[in-house]
Amino acid sequence: MFKRFRGGVRLPHLKPTANIPIERAKPPATTVVPLKQHVGAICEPLVGKGDRVRTGQKIGDSPAQLSAPVHSPVSGTVVDIRPSPIPTGEEVPSVVIESDGADEWMEMVGIDPEKSSREEILARIREAGVVGLGGAAFPTHVKLNPPKRVDTLIINGCEGEPFITSDHRLMVEQAERVVEGVRIMMRVCGAERAVIAIEDDKRDAAERMREFEDGRITVALLPARYPQGDERHLIKALTGREVPAGGLPFDVGVVVNNVATAKAVADAVLDGRPLIDRVVTVTGEVRNPKNLLARIGTMFSALVEECGGAAGSPDMVIAGGPMMGVAQWCDVPLIKGTNCILLTRSRAEEERDCIRCGRCVDACPMGLMPALLASYSKKRMFDRCREASAMSCDECGCCAYVCPSKIPLVQYIRQAKAFLREAKK
Amino acid sequence: MRPVVSPSPHIRDSVTVEEIMYSVILALIPAVAAGVYFFGPQVLVIIAVSVATAVATEFAAMRAMGRRFRNDGSAILTGLLLALTLPPTVPLWIPAVGSFFAVGIVKCAFGGLGHNIFTPALAGRIFLALSWPAIMRTWPEWVGPDGITSATPLQLWKHQGVITSYAKLFIGNYGGCMGETSALALLIGGLFLIARRYIDWKIPVSYMGTVGLLMLLLGQDPIFHILAGGLMIGAFFMATDYVTTPLTGRGRVIFGIGAGVIVVVLRMFSGMTEGVAFSILIMNAFTPLIDRFVRPRVYGVGK
Repeated sequence: MFKRFRGGVRLPHLKPTANIPIERAKPPATTVVPLKQHVGAICEPLVGKGDRVRTGQKIGDSPAQLSAPVHSPVSGTVVDIRPSPIPTGEEVPSVVIESDGADEWMEMVGIDPEKSSREEILARIREAGVVGLGGAAFPTHVKLNPPKRVDTLIINGCEGEPFITSDHRLMVEQAERVVEGVRIMMRVCGAERAVIAIEDDKRDAAERMREFEDGRITVALLPARYPQGDERHLIKALTGREVPAGGLPFDVGVVVNNVATAKAVADAVLDGRPLIDRVVTVTGEVRNPKNLLARIGTMFSALVEECGGAAGSPDMVIAGGPMMGVAQWCDVPLIKGTNCILLTRSRAEEERDCIRCGRCVDACPMGLMPALLASYSKKRMFDRCREASAMSCDECGCCAYVCPSKIPLVQYIRQAKAFLREAKK
Repeated sequence: MRPVVSPSPHIRDSVTVEEIMYSVILALIPAVAAGVYFFGPQVLVIIAVSVATAVATEFAAMRAMGRRFRNDGSAILTGLLLALTLPPTVPLWIPAVGSFFAVGIVKCAFGGLGHNIFTPALAGRIFLALSWPAIMRTWPEWVGPDGITSATPLQLWKHQGVITSYAKLFIGNYGGCMGETSALALLIGGLFLIARRYIDWKIPVSYMGTVGLLMLLLGQDPIFHILAGGLMIGAFFMATDYVTTPLTGRGRVIFGIGAGVIVVVLRMFSGMTEGVAFSILIMNAFTPLIDRFVRPRVYGVGK
């Protein structure tokens, strides 16, 4: 029934928090809110040191089209605006807010999407600071306003990486809210149909979502295979269409949004509630792994404490999943795109010579030859890398995952991409 | 505590080079057993000399290059494969010289595992066959279709037009190299490797398929040509050597077809009776070219 995307790998089903209900994390005493948590322009701070802020108050915004405002996740006082490392590995100016413990909210007013214009709804989504919550953090108001006509909205509930269960729990516990968001998104982007894509290791989530199927919204249960949650492969699996290289999903009439984003859109439009919290799975070597509904700006260390602290002796903190997540070198704040905090042990694995087994070629969903790309990159033959479509690499990690010689293939390809990007300038 | 930072992905599949090499060695055990059964315990002695020389050569070569020796199983495998391509009657210095050449010159001189152009065991065999042809063409005596013979089925076919029975070829009780005679034993090992996905079925299928098809078109017995001689051990264990064969599925099919064509040409139109070793070595030389031009279609390009 569904087309299979090329390559990919079957990852072990390691999701210890799949059946643990979402728990509300304590709003922390101090939050650090980065002024850029999204793809696009950095926000200018709208508050200064010493200012009092309320929960949900806009504290940063940008006139740029491709950007998204940020809001105060607590009520309290701005104590500093300073650069802070964020989970993506960048360092960006951030607003540090000392909470007063009152959690005093701004007044929120929703709108009726049926009685509002497309533009009004888009403005609401933008104003609430909604970005893609699956990890990429692309501003949602831009995504829902494609320059070409789209016929299909795909709601991505694949969540194929091990350990991450935040979307899974959201679908199980707040299916109705997710669907409300889906309806709003359909209306805004003009898609006639919406497909909610869920992998078959989350049958309970699919069952919950199926209760809301109607003629236009359907649930697709896909065989679990990583990286199906990558939008390019999801589009291929569901529609058979292929996004042209260098293009975007709207080029083939599709818009893809994550389930948590749909929920955030419903909150923004129906309640006027800005995006100041999200569900994050805190897992791995922690005492009590949890799915936490946590305020943006909460430090990772506080969230780990919320789960009883580290268990065993992890020496790595990863923002995101084990396949594409970013290893942290210091304590960082939770940002909109962080779906998982994974504590784990590093593995000292020596890189060996390539034995040319071809496993990476078979596993690459993009149809690349990772072994060749890596060897070109190692020898600094970057023009050969470009010729072999290095720029098409999504860094999904399948190649390095299957490599028997434990070569960090993705890292070599990243280096080539960085060089080629630099050379283009 | 300072956290460890390393690039994603942070988890790895459990497969290792050692696992792959030892699995192939395991898959050769039926062929070794058949060799011992049909040709006697001398087979084990030849294998032992070949394997020991291969490992010792790799150890010495790595030391000489200032690199770490690592018993990843690849030298053992080369020694074992080389031994299985020898007649069971060879003096013991033959496997020693062959293994030394295979591992020292063909593999390590090119940079060790992963860097060699030619399949070491086969290049070692060819070296021996060209240097000591008489020794390499002496077969133990067998009761053949027309009495006592010391020829292989392919020699009988070529020079006397005699076809050995399928049953005999399948079981392996006839004259030939130690590990190539029993199609049954090789099939067990080969199917194990395919089922466990250690090797790609595309190479043995395209290789043996091409030989069978062309022989049929040339009016020969296709089954005989698939079962006789070194084709089966070559197709399952030599032409599937990762290092010297193409990276892509389509490339491997081209490799198999090319090798198949060469076998048929050599068996039909040259003085040679066998042709398997040369066919694979010649295609080894084409592997870099195949990898350069036969690539998967990149997602979002050209569709």
